[in-house]
Amino acid sequence: MAVDHRPLLQVEDLKVQFRLPTGILPAVDGIGFTLDRRETLGVVGESGSGKTVSSLALLRLLETPPAEISAGSVLFEGRDLLGLSETEISDVRGRSIAMIFQEPMTSLNPVMTVGYQIDEALMRHYGIPRREARARTLELLTLVGIPSPERNIDGYPHQLSGGMRQRVMIALALSCEPKILVADEPTTALDVTIQAQILDLMVGLQEKFDTSILLITHDLAVIAETAHRVAVMYAGRIVEAAPVATIFGAPRHPYTQGLLRSIPRIHRQRLDVLAEIPGGVPDLTRLPPGCAFAPRCPRADAHCRQERPMPVAVAPDHVVSCWKANDG
Amino acid sequence: MTSTQNIIAEAPEAAVVAARHESFVRLVLRRFLRHRLAVVGAVVVVLLCASALFANAVAPHDPTFLDTKHRFLAPFQDMGFLLGTDELGRDTLSRLLYGGRVSLAVGVVAMLTTVLSGLVVGLAAGYYGRWVDDLLMRFVDTMLCFPQVFLLLVVAAFVPPTLISISLIIGLTSWMEVARIVRGEILYLKEQDFVQAARALGAGGARIMFKELLPNAIAPVLVAATLKVATAVLMESYISYLGYGIQPPLASWGNMLTNAQGYFDTVPYLAILPGAMITLTVMSFNFLGDGLRDALDPRLRMD
Ligand SMILES: Nc1ncnc2c1ncn2[C@@H]1O[C@H](COP(=O)(O)OP(=O)(O)O)[C@@H](O)[C@H]1O
Ligand SMILES: [Mg+2]
Repeated sequence: MAVDHRPLLQVEDLKVQFRLPTGILPAVDGIGFTLDRRETLGVVGESGSGKTVSSLALLRLLETPPAEISAGSVLFEGRDLLGLSETEISDVRGRSIAMIFQEPMTSLNPVMTVGYQIDEALMRHYGIPRREARARTLELLTLVGIPSPERNIDGYPHQLSGGMRQRVMIALALSCEPKILVADEPTTALDVTIQAQILDLMVGLQEKFDTSILLITHDLAVIAETAHRVAVMYAGRIVEAAPVATIFGAPRHPYTQGLLRSIPRIHRQRLDVLAEIPGGVPDLTRLPPGCAFAPRCPRADAHCRQERPMPVAVAPDHVVSCWKANDG
Repeated sequence: MTSTQNIIAEAPEAAVVAARHESFVRLVLRRFLRHRLAVVGAVVVVLLCASALFANAVAPHDPTFLDTKHRFLAPFQDMGFLLGTDELGRDTLSRLLYGGRVSLAVGVVAMLTTVLSGLVVGLAAGYYGRWVDDLLMRFVDTMLCFPQVFLLLVVAAFVPPTLISISLIIGLTSWMEVARIVRGEILYLKEQDFVQAARALGAGGARIMFKELLPNAIAPVLVAATLKVATAVLMESYISYLGYGIQPPLASWGNMLTNAQGYFDTVPYLAILPGAMITLTVMSFNFLGDGLRDALDPRLRMD
């Protein structure tokens, strides 16, 4: 049999819009990326740039309406997830692609013990009896570094700290050994020291389980530590994508350059306001005809304001959507 | 997975994890016990239920036995009839015990009917939303337009009054409030992160409904259920008064009270005793419900 050279996940021209009373909001406007086996792709951008909506759209977790996936394809192992039936996509969720979310404090069912919740996922996906599931749950809790797992397996979420709960979430997400882990701001709600521990844990488990990770964050420091490749999002589009060294060493998009300049100052603080880039994320219901970043861009000219730049490969693995990408 | 070896050292924050591993139930119990009236309510409720359950063992006489030699005895007048007798010489204490059995049974069955109907309607409306929600909530609004007593009497006119039918009628005319509570709770819970997370891990509709949403909506339902027992007991005496309740010779507090109205000016204790039992029951259940409400405070779930 021929070796499969296709990427594990291939997203093409994905568009998600919200139908709001105030108009149509194109939250994700034609993004495309690939994710290979054992790879970590970092998706970075200010809040409101469409990262969460994109990740939810992959697994069709958006409420429709108001959301609508209006175009694109999400090819996972050759199958378009957007074309699956509700039952089929349920099987993909958790089993092939699992997700963890930003808020560990509220992402676990408050009235069930953490062990019970992991048991349930194992029983559902593998069709094994609870006794067998329990043994694996204990292994998983040990693996993610929960202290005295025999005791904490019967603890309720409110009895655990935020960092511990995120560890439980990771155990839950990895319980069925998914091929892809989508982590939406997994450390944003945690203290800085705990953040580093959780990231280390994810990297360690990635090697152990051969998982691919889609790591969504607004924190470039997190990206620098964990990602192999990076996609920079702005106003629902990917404006630049390249290997992590290129993004940090030779960024081409003025937005990426602005993000990088703002790192040392903010030092792992919230990146809601970019000191180096005046202005804020534009109102998506009233985007300008040209480049969405033009109003804030130091290099924008009339052309930028009139015509939307298309993605251009400036190097084999470096794609930029900017008219000025080759101007140095 | 192949090994259980811990690839990442246990987190230093482990020490912070509270040693106190108190179960949710224990926590609720501790908070409940701080509420003194609620504890009194709970104790009285337990006593009432026990006396109803064991009425046949505790009651000194057959509650329907007519002892015409001992009519209208006052309480404590004859130690053979501790709480006196009625106009037919039936022992009041025995009738209160057996009547309690009937009244509480009506209360519990009506409550179960209410809660079950309310849960089904509220869950369906909240979970499915859209037209299902519109349809069910308009139905609730319509039902609420009529006074409950009016609905009760209309149905009672067509259905012969038995313990079960009366309980069902009371239950089926009072579920709307529970449905609204459940719907509101489901609408709130549906948006919570853990429901989203469960879906992201492959949980299907039924699982979401019964494992994620329903168990988290139980607290307010439990409170409402407790209060509903009280309302149903009251409702039974109310419709007895209107002649549609539990039919004699079977005793209920409601029909004892109704029966006593003819003698209220001469032998008031015939009305006072069942009246007091109804009041005691309603108050106890209400205190219990209030205590549960505080003990199950939603902030407790997420803190
Ligand atoms: N349920 C929703 N209804 C309407 N607009 C939404 C909804 N969810 C997200 N959006 C909008 O979509 C855009 C992208 O949001 P999001 O993906 O959450 O950003 P990010 O995760 O990058 O911070 C934002 O403008 C946001 O207001
Ligand atoms: Mg987000």
